[in-house]
Amino acid sequence: MADTAVHPAASSEPRGPKPRKKLSRNNIIIYGTLLVVAFYYLLPLYVMVVTSLKGMPEIRLGNIFSPPVEITFEPWVKAWSQACTGLNCDGLSRGFWNSIRITVPSVIVSIVIASVNGYALANWKFKGADAFFTILIFGAFIPYQVMLYPIVIMLREIGLYGTLWGLVIVHTIFGMPILTLLFRNYFTSLPEELFKAARVDGAGFWRIYFQIMLPMSLPIFVVAMILQVTGIWNDFLFGVVYTKPDLYPMTVQLNNIVNSVQGVKEYNVNMAATLLTGLVPLVIYFVSGKLFVRGIAAGAVKG
Amino acid sequence: MESSISIRDLSLSFGAVKVLRNLNIEIGQGEFLVLLGSSGCGKSTLLNCIAGLLDVTDGQIFIQGKNVTWAEPSDRGIGMVFQSYALYPQMTVEGNLSFGLKNAGMAKDEIKKRVARAAEILQIEPLLKRKPAALSGGQRQRVAIGRALVRDVDVFLFDEPLSNLDAKLRADLRVEIKRLHQRLKNTMIYVTHDQVEALTLADRIAIMKGGNIQQLASPNEIYNKPANKYVADFIGSPSMNFLEGVIDISGAPQFNSDVMSFDISGYEFVDGPTGGPAWFGIRPEHIVTGELLANAPVQFDAEVELVEPMGSDTLVWAKVEGVPMHFRMDGQAEVRSGDQMRIGFDPARANIFNKETELRI
Repeated sequence: MADTAVHPAASSEPRGPKPRKKLSRNNIIIYGTLLVVAFYYLLPLYVMVVTSLKGMPEIRLGNIFSPPVEITFEPWVKAWSQACTGLNCDGLSRGFWNSIRITVPSVIVSIVIASVNGYALANWKFKGADAFFTILIFGAFIPYQVMLYPIVIMLREIGLYGTLWGLVIVHTIFGMPILTLLFRNYFTSLPEELFKAARVDGAGFWRIYFQIMLPMSLPIFVVAMILQVTGIWNDFLFGVVYTKPDLYPMTVQLNNIVNSVQGVKEYNVNMAATLLTGLVPLVIYFVSGKLFVRGIAAGAVKG
Repeated sequence: MESSISIRDLSLSFGAVKVLRNLNIEIGQGEFLVLLGSSGCGKSTLLNCIAGLLDVTDGQIFIQGKNVTWAEPSDRGIGMVFQSYALYPQMTVEGNLSFGLKNAGMAKDEIKKRVARAAEILQIEPLLKRKPAALSGGQRQRVAIGRALVRDVDVFLFDEPLSNLDAKLRADLRVEIKRLHQRLKNTMIYVTHDQVEALTLADRIAIMKGGNIQQLASPNEIYNKPANKYVADFIGSPSMNFLEGVIDISGAPQFNSDVMSFDISGYEFVDGPTGGPAWFGIRPEHIVTGELLANAPVQFDAEVELVEPMGSDTLVWAKVEGVPMHFRMDGQAEVRSGDQMRIGFDPARANIFNKETELRI
């Protein structure tokens, strides 16, 4: 008590954490801008979702922003299993399974090869490694269109043109430069002494890869997976060039549904089909987001 | 005695950069050799060459009489401890210790026995089930040493093992490494830039600079009879005082500089008295004050400029005839900047180097 008497002004003097104003000008500008931008990006999505849940009579009224009066899942069902694409009238489901059958092997094969490539380039400096790497990276800058036709011929010659496996090979090759770069840079960033220690311990190329490097590399594998799944799932060009109508991936089928000229334009079905196609990359983002940031190498070097 | 490691004409270049130049070292059985030098002198590179982690450009390496120049690291009979510990983060301590043995295809119960023995020696038994992330720095380094220990090798290589630890832990582990060496009697090669570690641990020290070995000798000799000015300057903290001048041997040997000249009769020249331009070096701890001046043939008046009390002793920066000099005094000494005092030294403890070649004369 004596203290407060001696220092009567103590309570008004600055002390402890500095108070922060919640409604400062900076905050208003920052959050205001964020809100506007979020609104701008979410509006089309909102329109798509509400339209896909309306019946055609309701759409014809023209109130695209109003929520559905009567919610119907009919357009979703139709988009999935009945919509017509060219000759087939079994909806997007065929394209969905085709896309799965293309994406899964492409992602696995390309990541397996690229990770071993990156590991070899980062840790086992062989003669000409730098030249090899430069050529590989150069490949990332060649426009796809230039290589479309030569690849058609090459696939035809090995008898894989128009097949799923042909497309898988194409995706694997085109994913190689960027994935190798990704893995090489990641493996280079891991402490070199770890690799040296493993060599002194008598581990060879594959043992170091599987027992030392791989367990420390989950984050980069997740990054590579996200890149490849979204890239291959969203691919249109290779899908339409290297496969036949029976094997068209989902994106090509979506285009065929939306752009079909016969009959009435069924906006609700189109919106549902588009949302269905975009669902896979979205799910990948949501599921793997957490793994993205997790650090695995903790404790390897000094803490 | 047969040598444990023999390095013959070893050279290493990265492109045009010569990192190691024609090194020749013989290391005896059970010897503790320290490679000492500032960063970039090639000491870690030399260690990596011995370990087989770098291919040499020229020369040979023999370990236990076997030419291992082309051998894989794991076939050389070496264990290595790294500065960053380099523990495998996803394995337990036990996994870390047994990884090398598993790779060699050793039987399970033998692995168990070896791990238990290493854990007992290093006192890390309670930590065996933990992951490296759950260990402190000192514990991690102990595990890293254990990883070399279990392999039961003839030669231990240490690459600045204590540099990442704080000062106190470093001193503790230093003693432990010395104890380990006395117990195991393995050959050890130890790379460091810390001269205290070098002087305390080594049987012999190799001081390196620019890929060359400047001097390879016992700590005592390195400290008292440095072979050249670089070694003299590098060893000792704070570093040696140097005076520039000319040795005159027309009469009794004498050192003359622009501002002072004194008799250096007590000094033992390498090849008898040699004249000419020279550096005169005297260590701060060999400059005396007060009562000890009685034994100091050479004496000056000094003006104190700066005092650094260090507890156990006091470091004084002073000027003698305008020439800066620093010296050590007792920790309790009452000195202030501006004080005038008498200092002196015995030329027998000095080091004199040729001005041109910087070699000891």
